Amino acid sequence: MEFLDYAFMQRALIAAALVGVTAPAIGIYLVQRRQALMGDGIGHVALTGVGLGFLLQSNPVWVATAVSVAGAVAMELIRWYGKTRGDIALAMLFYGGMAGGVMLTSLAPNGSNANLETYLFGSITTVSPSDITTMCLLAGFVVLVTVGLRRQLFAVSQDEEFARVTGLPVRLLNLLVAVTAALTVTVAMRVVGLLLVSALMVIPVAAAQQVTRSFLVTFVSAIAIGVTVTLSGTVTSYYVDVPSGATIVLITIGLFVVLTALATPLARKRARKAAAERERCTLEVEVPTARGASEEVPA
Amino acid sequence: MRSSEEPVVALRGGTATLGARPVLRGIDLTVARGEVVALLGANGSGKSTAVRAVIGQVPLTGGTLELFGTPLRRFRQWARIGYVPQRTTAAGGVPATVREVVSAGRLARTRLRPMGRADRAAVDRAIATVGLADRARDSVDALSGGQHQRVLIARALAAEPELLIMDEPMAGVDLASQRILAATLREQVAAGATVLLVLHELGPLEPLIDRAVVLRDGCVTHDGPPPRALGQHALPGHDHVHPHADTAAPVRTGLLS
Repeated sequence: MEFLDYAFMQRALIAAALVGVTAPAIGIYLVQRRQALMGDGIGHVALTGVGLGFLLQSNPVWVATAVSVAGAVAMELIRWYGKTRGDIALAMLFYGGMAGGVMLTSLAPNGSNANLETYLFGSITTVSPSDITTMCLLAGFVVLVTVGLRRQLFAVSQDEEFARVTGLPVRLLNLLVAVTAALTVTVAMRVVGLLLVSALMVIPVAAAQQVTRSFLVTFVSAIAIGVTVTLSGTVTSYYVDVPSGATIVLITIGLFVVLTALATPLARKRARKAAAERERCTLEVEVPTARGASEEVPA
Repeated sequence: MRSSEEPVVALRGGTATLGARPVLRGIDLTVARGEVVALLGANGSGKSTAVRAVIGQVPLTGGTLELFGTPLRRFRQWARIGYVPQRTTAAGGVPATVREVVSAGRLARTRLRPMGRADRAAVDRAIATVGLADRARDSVDALSGGQHQRVLIARALAAEPELLIMDEPMAGVDLASQRILAATLREQVAAGATVLLVLHELGPLEPLIDRAVVLRDGCVTHDGPPPRALGQHALPGHDHVHPHADTAAPVRTGLLS
């Protein structure tokens, strides 16, 4: 446990835990809406913000936050009004964001695309004390929204049309999800990087739902998985000297595979039991008229 | 049914388009308090669009619409309406229990405040009404098609609505569930609920229905007692296509036996 003596490792672990909580917390609503890749899109757009931060020589985290929030709101507007051409518009937004980031960074006075790599793949050990303050504030907002409004967000993500007819402010809630996802991307940017951030929004949720039956339990388990993998990934990268982002994502995928392997026999057993029950009912009801009855042509 | 009261639904001269295609071409649809009205018609006749216009999900391009005497634009009391959309599943991308899905319906009353004891009791009653009390803690993924439909109806009932609007509640539902749905509806009607149903055929709900409105090409072609002939076969819009007619039961003329 000697790694706890280093201030940079303490900051790294705090940052890792914040990401472990926030990414699955908002990711579960994206998965529920079947928009698992939205986080990836926001990550691409955030890159333009990072580039802009370099160019203006201000804190890239804040500029990236502003740009990714704007990008997420744009995506939500495209979803409302875009209809059939919506996916093309989204593709342009994603790749435009990526290209813009690379272009702006190379135009920056002391910028080179080597600086970008910190943001593309994460560099958890370079997190500064002021970064931690920023991340805590953003993470606090994410938790407040995803926990405080969980029933409303659940309803909107489960069946949007029905939610509108119950009188919920659906557009406002959708925008809130988009903004919250954007903030999560910038929280996670330094830990796993913009290209891998979506993995932490989606895979812990996918892993949890291999063994869960309710939304609440899935929510709590996904966060538990998220914190476990970000902390263990950060510690592993300290000892083995490998990039933290890649380590965290590979551990998450490993956990998904293990949980799936454990859950499959369980699900089969449940299915067999259900099938056996159905068979019993059928036998009781249909034995007297067995066979032939259904084949007979009514006179 | 008191005639002095304003109708629960009053759509007059409603027109709507999907893309450039006119789907509703000036339809009148009124539902009085306590009435059970079936909206019938062939596929593409505009019956689903008509109910979706009534709940404000398809914009009207012309005509007027009042719900409980209030123009749609100013209508805010959505808890008075229980909507059962046309779905084949109640599941989303993440597992959820029957109770969690049904609780979403209660949001029409709780909005942003937390659920109280009365709210949880209403959710329990709604689940019990559709006969799923023993499945309340099960994942909806584990349910059959008919049970999914029952979950969707329970979700609408959770808000304790005065008007139930159902879009093809019997589509893809097994016989056992159809019977339970019919019984649920009978209970609601006996308790004073008003019901507007989209149906492809009258089926097991026929005895409950006070009035049928038949649509064809976006126009009302019948408004009155339900057609007495055999279900959808009696509808003006029904084309007599029987794809299995030549392969099913052999024609027994008596000449060959």
